[in-house]
Amino acid sequence: MPNSPFTPGVVQARLSDGELAQNFADISPMLDAHEARVAADRCYFCHDAPCITACPTDIDIPLFIRQIATGTPDAAAKTILSQNIMGGMCARVCPTEVLCEGACVREMAEGKPVEIGRLQRFATDTLMDKGIHPFTRAKATGKKVAVVGAGPAGLSCAHRAAMLGHDVTVYEARAKAGGLNEYGIAAYKAADDFAAREVDWLLKIGGISIHYGKALGADMTLAQLEAEYDAVFLGIGLGGVNALGLAGADLGGVQNAVDFIEGLRQTDKAQIAIGRDVVVIGGGMTAVDAAVQSRLLGAQNVTMVYRGPREKMSASEYEQEHATSAGVRIIYNAAPKAIHGSGHVTGVEFTFAGGDDFTIPADQVFLAIGQTLQGAPILLDGKKLKTHAGKVWAGGDCAAGGQDLTVTAVAEGRDAALAIHAKLMG
Amino acid sequence: MANLTTDFIGIKSPNPFWLASAPPTDKAYNVERAFEAGWGGVVWKTLGSEGPPVVNVNGPRYGAIWGADRRLLGLNNIELITDRPLQVNLDEIKMVKRKWRDRAMVISLMVPCDEESWKDILHRIEDTEADGVELNFGCPHGMAERGMGSAVGQVPEYIEMVTRWVKTYSRMPCIVKLTPNIADIRKPAEAAKRGGADAVSLINTINSITSVNLDSFSPEPMIDGKGTHGGYCGPAVKPIALNMVAEIARSEATRGLPISGIGGVTTWRDAAEFMALGAGNVQVCTAAMTYGFKIVQEMISGLSDYMDSKGMTSTADLVGRAVPNVTDWQYLNLNYVTKAQINQDDCIKCGRCYAACEDTSHQAIAMSEDRTFTVKDEECVACNLCVNVCPVENCITMVTLDKGAIDERTGKKVDDYANWTTHPNNPSVAAE
Repeated sequence: MPNSPFTPGVVQARLSDGELAQNFADISPMLDAHEARVAADRCYFCHDAPCITACPTDIDIPLFIRQIATGTPDAAAKTILSQNIMGGMCARVCPTEVLCEGACVREMAEGKPVEIGRLQRFATDTLMDKGIHPFTRAKATGKKVAVVGAGPAGLSCAHRAAMLGHDVTVYEARAKAGGLNEYGIAAYKAADDFAAREVDWLLKIGGISIHYGKALGADMTLAQLEAEYDAVFLGIGLGGVNALGLAGADLGGVQNAVDFIEGLRQTDKAQIAIGRDVVVIGGGMTAVDAAVQSRLLGAQNVTMVYRGPREKMSASEYEQEHATSAGVRIIYNAAPKAIHGSGHVTGVEFTFAGGDDFTIPADQVFLAIGQTLQGAPILLDGKKLKTHAGKVWAGGDCAAGGQDLTVTAVAEGRDAALAIHAKLMG
Repeated sequence: MANLTTDFIGIKSPNPFWLASAPPTDKAYNVERAFEAGWGGVVWKTLGSEGPPVVNVNGPRYGAIWGADRRLLGLNNIELITDRPLQVNLDEIKMVKRKWRDRAMVISLMVPCDEESWKDILHRIEDTEADGVELNFGCPHGMAERGMGSAVGQVPEYIEMVTRWVKTYSRMPCIVKLTPNIADIRKPAEAAKRGGADAVSLINTINSITSVNLDSFSPEPMIDGKGTHGGYCGPAVKPIALNMVAEIARSEATRGLPISGIGGVTTWRDAAEFMALGAGNVQVCTAAMTYGFKIVQEMISGLSDYMDSKGMTSTADLVGRAVPNVTDWQYLNLNYVTKAQINQDDCIKCGRCYAACEDTSHQAIAMSEDRTFTVKDEECVACNLCVNVCPVENCITMVTLDKGAIDERTGKKVDDYANWTTHPNNPSVAAE
């Protein structure tokens, strides 16, 4: 008898291959030309547009939408990518409801913003599907820039630095480039191996070489990089995971959500074992991604438990709705007290804010209570883009101050490259 | 409910909405379906002389321009008059009229510009029991090159001559349809009146090229790489048509001449505007071609509700109501002072008013850090551009300054009515 959502324990293939394929298909496919035209028509071409202000990378949104509306999506893509080289991924993963679309005047007017994210994807996908890379490198400067970490911040920095004429070497600890785009984003948000395709496309600028399996600390030191390069950019992300600090956290079936999400991206979905009763502890995007994907894999009961009130939850209203519409139950104001089981988890006990304790049966538990900087060099003490000896910059999640979003990382990487350029050429 | 029944030059119809002479009225099948949908009357698509029918192109006949969401704003065509045999049309007209006695049935005509041709066609249509004829002096393409359509309509003497023939050889009420492709629309209207026309209808279509294909470098609509000017119609032409209707309605020489209003009528509101400017009824084509015959139901309910709200019991109460208010620029009150006012509750902070005023007008709108937009009364000349570019209707309004109030821009008190004819800057005043 094949497994079903009701099969007890942590098992593979609760759903058929067809159901899995459907569940993990592109959540919001590219608009077709007609849809894009209709959506673009709604833009008012605002003066000093609020959507631009809301975009961490300052994309000229009204301009690119007008370029779509007038039948020139390639020009639109160039407008986007000149500010945000990962405009393709950001179009997929940005929480637009709290950024550009949240600021759209039509949100105020009608509660229905212009579909900026989907229009951005239409433009960038149109260009990238043609294999066009619209940027070229400036005359070689002879300067060498090292980038540590091939995530959104590092690649953004690398691209801009290469474009400005510097020779860039990227050191990446893992086997693939992309960082969280590759390893940390829900599969249905970046379907069809988009993260890898975007990296390949980005590297077409030239002048960037990537060394894989090279981690800062283990394989080289910051001092070595400083000695060898004219400038160093650190975009190493948050490699560590916060510990729950409760008894039972080492029981079988208890896992960090980031590892589960990574496994999903790198493994055939039918090979992923999932519980019947899944509990996700946490209230951020990672918690949502883990909870939703548990449901999509066929888990029967998925409960996401957050210690704070709804309004404090860092997953946006939209993300929360996405979770509940996928069949995830969200419990607010409940703090984990203990994880029960012997050998393997059987349930998680929580204390509700009012004082009542309750236990949710669980055969699988995902912890999503925040990531932390791992083995950080001393200079990353809380300020982004900090320079060290005038030679080292940092950006992305590892540098505090941002919103821990892909788009913020891209902006910081780009700005670091500009700062490096100014310093080196100054 | 207001009574929409109209009597236009003796032709009665249950409402003032007629379908104009065009493809929607070219055969019994269409016309009967239009009547079933509720149209008050039709002007049957233009008939020509007995003989081999005209031929149309076999490629695209229509070009268009669009607004947001591909809303059709303007349509042009290079279609000719009916390409069906004369007798077929005549038989169908008779059959439909007998079946639909309460609806207006007018026949559009276009024959060569000689007395015999007109005498002959008028004789041929006599038997159809149609209510009237409309003389097509408007078509700007195809037929004009053969000495018909706008080729006649652009020469007032020809209009007068042909109209006189029609009134001589027919007992039917005669409407003369005017081309807008002329410098002064009053001249052909006067000629029609002199010739004995019972009414004029306007506007026919405007010479136009809707677009150019930037790959093949051919005008649209394109026939085998070439294009020609076609007749432009639809919502885009309404302002031009309204002005021409108003000019005839208020001109001393043509005042009182019944007018059938044509040109971009799409909703009941458009129809009411034409009627307020003096049209006794309206004719519709593009709106029906865009949305189908059913739109007449909205026109009927909308006009009726409007008339009820204004206490009007018959369409005659509406016709011409705005004509006395159409004047020449020199008589406009220069002491009428207004200022734009932005309703902050309705404002969605798009800033279009600011961009328009700051970049292209009088720098009279201020923008704060938090995107609050306010009018600087000391700079505002009341041009109305901000009102026109604002996406939220009635968010920006023009507020009239009372007499005695100070216009902060000029520092002067608002005074009684005074116009250019007495203004000290007027050279002809100074000369006196």
